Amino acid sequence: MTGDPNATRTDGGTPEIPLTSVSAESVTRRDRLKDSLANHWETFLLAWSDWRFKVGLLIMVGYVLLGTLGVYLVDEPSFYDGGKWDQPFQGGENLLGTNQHGESILGSLIHSTPDMLLMLLSGAVFATGVAALIGILAGYKGGRVDSVLTTLTDTAMMIPGLPLIILIAAIWNPTNPIVVGILVSINAWAGVARSLRSQVLTIREESYVEASRIMGSGSLSIMRRDITPQLLPLILINFVMSGRGVIFNSVALYFLGILPITQAQNWGVMLNEAYTAGAVTSPELFYTLFFPLVTIVLLSWSLIMLSQGLDRVVNVRARARHEGTTREGGQVGEAGDATEGG
Amino acid sequence: MNYFIKRLGRSGITLFLVVAITFVLTRLMPGGPVATMRARLRRQNPTMTTEQINQQVQAAVGVRPDSPLYVQFYNYVTGVFQGDFGESIVLSPGTPVMDMYVNAIPWTLFVLGMATVITFAISVTLGALLAYKEGSKIDVGLSSVSIILNSIPYYVAAIVLIGVFATWLDLLPFQGNRSLETTPGFNVPFMIDVLRHAILPMISVIITGFGAQMLGMRSNSIRVLGEDYIRVARLRMLPTNRIATRYVARNAILPIYTGFIISIGFILGGSVILEEIFRYPGVGRQFFAAASQRDYPVMMGGFLLISFAVVIAVFIADLTYGLIDPRASTGDDNEAY
Repeated sequence: MTGDPNATRTDGGTPEIPLTSVSAESVTRRDRLKDSLANHWETFLLAWSDWRFKVGLLIMVGYVLLGTLGVYLVDEPSFYDGGKWDQPFQGGENLLGTNQHGESILGSLIHSTPDMLLMLLSGAVFATGVAALIGILAGYKGGRVDSVLTTLTDTAMMIPGLPLIILIAAIWNPTNPIVVGILVSINAWAGVARSLRSQVLTIREESYVEASRIMGSGSLSIMRRDITPQLLPLILINFVMSGRGVIFNSVALYFLGILPITQAQNWGVMLNEAYTAGAVTSPELFYTLFFPLVTIVLLSWSLIMLSQGLDRVVNVRARARHEGTTREGGQVGEAGDATEGG
Repeated sequence: MNYFIKRLGRSGITLFLVVAITFVLTRLMPGGPVATMRARLRRQNPTMTTEQINQQVQAAVGVRPDSPLYVQFYNYVTGVFQGDFGESIVLSPGTPVMDMYVNAIPWTLFVLGMATVITFAISVTLGALLAYKEGSKIDVGLSSVSIILNSIPYYVAAIVLIGVFATWLDLLPFQGNRSLETTPGFNVPFMIDVLRHAILPMISVIITGFGAQMLGMRSNSIRVLGEDYIRVARLRMLPTNRIATRYVARNAILPIYTGFIISIGFILGGSVILEEIFRYPGVGRQFFAAASQRDYPVMMGGFLLISFAVVIAVFIADLTYGLIDPRASTGDDNEAY
């Protein structure tokens, strides 16, 4: 304005008042959605470039297919699938053999999958949901809110989870897989909340969060728009790991016979039946124990692989941030990361 | 000092909460222990008066069903902190719950305490070693193996270990805590026998548990090794040992130590499954027996005992954490928004 004296009117005003003009391009909701989708797609590609993520995801997809399509392709196991303890890989009808009731082991494994996946999902959603709520609130708000929530988290973390779960399961006898999933992750949120909180503690000091605060955005909107998106990869990792915890605990409870055995098939129940039939002490029956074990371990391994692949996404971001400030630190991070990949 | 008070307060709150949980579960849960017991007593002895039933219930769970709630709670809490956990109703009716656990406590502490400490020691040592040998074949190999081991639930490891070492190779006993032919006491055969019985449960905890902590230690050490103060220490020509122990290890252990503290609760809680599989006569096995027979007072007592053990162990670990990390005692207060 002051650079061009001709543009000023005699009263000292300018012909156009700058603040009245509106930018021709305004960011619509749709653009924002597109942007965030593109962003997520990039993150996904980054994770996909890691072999661990790829393997983990593919195995996971395999389990989901087994749990959805497989149930229709393979008949539900019945007592008339074959003889008592048909050995596996004998070219018979039952590929993985049969158990003491003559039920096909492959059929049992596949028909257990939907319930297990439901448990996994409900437990992981519950654990990470509560954890994100508490962790973000505690980390961002600080002060008294933080100390109350942190005390709550620490206490929940100290209470031994498994005995508490057994206690409640013994009193309530839940049968619904969704309820079982939530029950077995009853204090799994605590550890996650703690790690999310410490991550929020660093994010809250970022300049853009401070900018939002100065502009008068409410705490709720800052937590939702500025902090949660940054946390998503970490939340996802914890989601995967809590899913693994759900499988560990629920299978254990069914194996021990604490949770009521329903009509539905279940890997833990299969373990229980094989174990009580003496599969540990007689080598020729070991396969009845072995196949459920492999199924569980493979699922858990794929979840770990998934989370490790995702971990790389988080670390790459951290590294990029780091490189902006110090070159030295960036190099160290690079060296550390390169070996982790191998 | 502030730090210790905070930790003490936290332990206190946890203890209180645990007792409150058992109280709520015992007393208030619809279809819970008290309701079940009253129904059973009434069914078995139709001639009993309500007063007699209430007295029986009080003996078993420590609360009188007809007194006001806060009185019940007060009586329950004071009872528990005096070591009165009620009486068994199914397993061996009339026996105080505490008596049923007294003999089991040392065995659990022995097996799981040792396993916890060994896991921690192995993961710290191996993690530091891998950090030094970063990128080598050992590093890659051990890291991958530990991840695979870490994806195995400890009870699965226990089953496989029994299959291999007890059934197939017939090297180790797979159940119980000692053979009957040994005489308990400070004699060598007895101690060897006890160790042989404890080895499989311990290994199943150790091999499935060390991976996560080891990888944590490894990446921490790598990070610390790149810090400027390590370079400065090297430039000051400090002896390598001193750098390794005082500079690298001390800083790298800190985050692992928190993980270690958290794992205490997990491992002690896991005793329920582990001891059942190995038929090891510890707290977890007794708790499990009570749970499968729905002997509520014994269940609650077991849960309380395991929780108390965790709280005490965590408190001790917290105190030592304050010694390792002087910053912990100052506390980090954040500005509130």
